[in-house]
Amino acid sequence: MKLKLPRPNLREAGDKVRETEFWKSVFRPGSIFRRGYKDTQRDRALAMMNNVLYHLHPVKIKRHGLKLTYTFCLGGLSFFLFVLLTITGIYLMFFYRPSADIGAAQAYSDMLQIRNSVFFGDLVRNIHRWGAHLMVFTVSLHMARVFYTGAYKPPREFNWVVGVILLFLTLGLSFTGYLLPWDQLSIWAVQVGTSLAGYSPLIANQVKFILLGGIEVGPETLLRWYVLHVLFLPFILVLFLAVHFWRIRKDGGISGPL
Amino acid sequence: MATREETPMDQAVFDKTMETELGKGTDRRVAEGRARAAGVRAYRKAHGEPEREAKPAEERSHAPAASAAGGDGGAAAAGAAQVPAGAVAYAAPGAAAVRTAPPPTGKVPAPKPGAPDKHRLLALVAPEGIQRVEREQGDRINVFPHLLMEEFVSLLVMSAFLIVFSTFVNAPLRELANPNLTPNPSKAPWYFLGLQELLRYFHPQIAGVIVPTLILVGLMAVPYVDRNPSTKPGDRKLAITLFTMLFMFGAVLTMAGSFFRGPSFNWIWPWGQHTSLFFDL
Ligand code: HEM
Repeated sequence: MKLKLPRPNLREAGDKVRETEFWKSVFRPGSIFRRGYKDTQRDRALAMMNNVLYHLHPVKIKRHGLKLTYTFCLGGLSFFLFVLLTITGIYLMFFYRPSADIGAAQAYSDMLQIRNSVFFGDLVRNIHRWGAHLMVFTVSLHMARVFYTGAYKPPREFNWVVGVILLFLTLGLSFTGYLLPWDQLSIWAVQVGTSLAGYSPLIANQVKFILLGGIEVGPETLLRWYVLHVLFLPFILVLFLAVHFWRIRKDGGISGPL
Repeated sequence: MATREETPMDQAVFDKTMETELGKGTDRRVAEGRARAAGVRAYRKAHGEPEREAKPAEERSHAPAASAAGGDGGAAAAGAAQVPAGAVAYAAPGAAAVRTAPPPTGKVPAPKPGAPDKHRLLALVAPEGIQRVEREQGDRINVFPHLLMEEFVSLLVMSAFLIVFSTFVNAPLRELANPNLTPNPSKAPWYFLGLQELLRYFHPQIAGVIVPTLILVGLMAVPYVDRNPSTKPGDRKLAITLFTMLFMFGAVLTMAGSFFRGPSFNWIWPWGQHTSLFFDL
């Protein structure tokens, strides 16, 4: 006797799911997840139009915009790195307390914990650290690419200015993060870096005091820089990124070809 | 824009205005708009139709057109033109006459008693108000799948690189911070080491405040200083030379500060000693 198992009919089940109110509420009417995808011009356009990435990309771009040796995808990589740093940074925040009281520097012992006992802690920390250095690097190279292709020329002048602000914010994020491990490397790097602020004309001491939350690098500095690092600077950076991306589209997409 | 009904107009006046406007060097589209308006006005006058209150074009335009010149408009939908405030008109369905909106009072308008509960807003757009969309429709490709695939692959390559690198190379973590024990040398993060190197040669106010400020402000000013419209490398020799020199200058200073400075920030040769002792990421 042959045993007959009921074979699930996947196609039918899929159709049923696509018919549900819930599915329809998630995917917009033209979405390829509702109507299925055939590789036609129409469906390629619909795939973009019913997709959150439509905020960033139009349906079509100049063929030249695809050329890797024009942008080297450096702006895109900077953005990916920023996303990756946000994800790994949030993970690290679960295990890190920005306190540096004398004799009980939680920040440093949390770093040791992250390295030694947190699940994938050392890997995530390494990715966060190397990714941050890499981002400073890619953003600088992106700027150089924009310069050498003359992409800052009208109508893109203002987007270059936004870019310089992004560069400044990227450096700020990197530098504020550098202090957080609270080891000999970080506090002395910050000591050296901020001592320069003590030479600003007229308001030297005020600037330094605001930066450090005191007259030298101490627990107040750590708390201050932590808030700047995990909240304030990323927030501002995202605002400027929004303007940056919006302007790329409004200025007519990628510049060029040369 | 949708096709519009032809409004009767006085062709002679149209031609004449067109000629004078073009003579003045007005942009063709703008000239056409002005000429058409003049023609229609003349026709209405001649045929006893009430002339609409019309302000001179200069007054009505609120400048978006001028600022859009030169942009190829890119993603902006062709029809999405800015509407000068004065040109918004209200029209009840079926009503033929076009009324201009009353001047704003600053208060929320109350519905008129007996007004129909449906209305249409018509936008009358001065020709100057239309954003020009100049782009060759020709050689365009779909973002999906081509660009998205390229971005996805670069994302994967970068993530893979970073994960592999981070698996094998540990980020530094030194001993607990000790404000009483200054390491020798004390170095800033690598991207500031160029400035720290400059400190060896200049007063801290110059190296630490004036130079970085000049760099930031100077960078922001680049597009406004370099008025050369060409993007061809051959036409930009000066700009490219200057930028390359500055970039190289920064790179050399950064390398010097990173690898050639040992204890007390004195000069060392990296092949002579263990530079890694004096440089950390
Ligand atoms: C957080 C840092 C930044 C991010 C995430 C970012 C992102 C991007 C992206 C994704 C693009 C599209 C083209 C490409 O990938 O190359 C772009 C274009 C552009 N970026 Fe950035 N950027 C950043 C910083 C900068 C900086 C520092 C500058 C210049 C000082 C700059 C100026 C420009 C300009 C002018 C364009 C238009 C280029 C063109 O049309 O060819 N950006 N940016």
